[in-house]
Amino acid sequence: MWSLIQIELYKIFRRPRTYIAFGAIAALIVVIQLGLKIDGDAYAGFLMKDINDTLTVDGKVLNGYLICYILLQLLLVHVPLLVALIAADMISGEANLGTLRLLFSTPFSRTHWVLAKFIAASIYTILLLIWLAFLALFVSMWIFGTDDLFLMKSNYVVLIEQSDVLWRYVGAFVFASFSLLTVTSLGFLMSSLSSNSIGPIVGTMSAIVFFTILSTLNIPLFNLVKPYLFTTHMNNWKEFFDIKVNLDNEAIRGSILNIAKIKTSLMVLTLHIILFVTASVIIIKKKDILS
Amino acid sequence: MQTKKSKNILLYFLSLAISLFFSSTVIAQADPLIEKVSQKLAQVNDYVAEGIMKTDVAFIKASLGKVKVYFKKPNLLKIKKEGGISLLPRGGVSLTINTLLNTKQYTTIPAGNQVLNGKNLTVIKLIPTDDNLDWVISTLWIDPVEALVYKTATTTKENGSYEITMQYGEYAKQGLASKIIFSFNTKDYKLPNGITLEFGDEDPTAKQKALKNKKGTIEITYSKYTINKGVPNTIF
Repeated sequence: MWSLIQIELYKIFRRPRTYIAFGAIAALIVVIQLGLKIDGDAYAGFLMKDINDTLTVDGKVLNGYLICYILLQLLLVHVPLLVALIAADMISGEANLGTLRLLFSTPFSRTHWVLAKFIAASIYTILLLIWLAFLALFVSMWIFGTDDLFLMKSNYVVLIEQSDVLWRYVGAFVFASFSLLTVTSLGFLMSSLSSNSIGPIVGTMSAIVFFTILSTLNIPLFNLVKPYLFTTHMNNWKEFFDIKVNLDNEAIRGSILNIAKIKTSLMVLTLHIILFVTASVIIIKKKDILS
Repeated sequence: MQTKKSKNILLYFLSLAISLFFSSTVIAQADPLIEKVSQKLAQVNDYVAEGIMKTDVAFIKASLGKVKVYFKKPNLLKIKKEGGISLLPRGGVSLTINTLLNTKQYTTIPAGNQVLNGKNLTVIKLIPTDDNLDWVISTLWIDPVEALVYKTATTTKENGSYEITMQYGEYAKQGLASKIIFSFNTKDYKLPNGITLEFGDEDPTAKQKALKNKKGTIEITYSKYTINKGVPNTIF
């Protein structure tokens, strides 16, 4: 099995397309970091306009932790599209080239090949996420320094002590890996249905965009289906950055406001991954390889 | 007839001038109790105090933080959180009793007595004589026996009204509080979802609290004062 994964990883990293995602993420992060380094105070001033009417905020608000949060908010919506570029091409790309027949004629079973391809695509996804974490968190910490995390939500502000922040990012990135693996498995499922590369890539991207819009619209009819959409749960990494308060309105260090929400989301995402991969294996096992 | 009328008018203005003269003399006099408080505070040229700060504002979730408070005569005051972001009422914290009284630019008006937390306190209003000062009026609740200020209510020109309640302990001799509670009015806080990118459900209790409670408090409990050891101006 490991040799199959190695083969698939070799195929992924031999293609120039693979590096588009790494390059795009690096470019986006560097541009945002540069913009915030040059004009970040104006941005922070705009965000804190309401607070400054009442309070004076003293300290380094625009620090590496806040920059990382801003970057994740902007990027974790779009990274799935970059993941789809590779994952949705894993099987259909080979079908298109006519090499799928060759693979399936080896002594390894179709299930082995499909799982090896999925694991290889997952490794690519995780590496992309590590690259994102390195640039967004560690490079931001290096450029902007660290301080407490001052998060401005729509109706309230959360101030998290800097010693209480890093583990939340670890949790958020682990959560994000489940989100992106769901996209990987969706792309994989789409890929198993088609014999050309473009269809599954566009199909996966369209599904993500479509479901994301449904998840964000606050219309009662859509609220019924929202809990079952993976896109509703993909954004719940933010729950790691909301804390509980006691009766005296003191934030409780090390607490997460809605841990049940995180658990539910992880469960829904895991179920989606299992469902999509299982469906891919079944489809491929029953598929006539005609190309 | 005409002479009698002129005489009456003259008498009226004379009595008005006399009454105005006496009333202004009363206002201009420094209240002896304020003098007593000022003398007590005059023992402190500067201090560095260590304490724990609690922020209680409906729309803010913040934990307790260690702070250092720096003061230098006549009215320099700075609160610094140790390695973190601090949230302080806008312009309010600098209006402590030391900074109010040390300017010496005020007149006093006695406003009777009031019982506060079981203590019979003398109420005195301060009105600044310098137009450039940020505050408009301040009311002080003073214990006449200990010469300690237990509460102040100050209205500022630009930053609203503040109430400061004080509790005393080990450093009462120098007129320094062991606990200070700043109360202030908060304005609405709301950021559009498009800016925060928060499209999901937010903490409903925090949302409710923010709508209900428009009063915020910052509470500092002091553990230690270092008095008259010198504080560099660069800190302020």
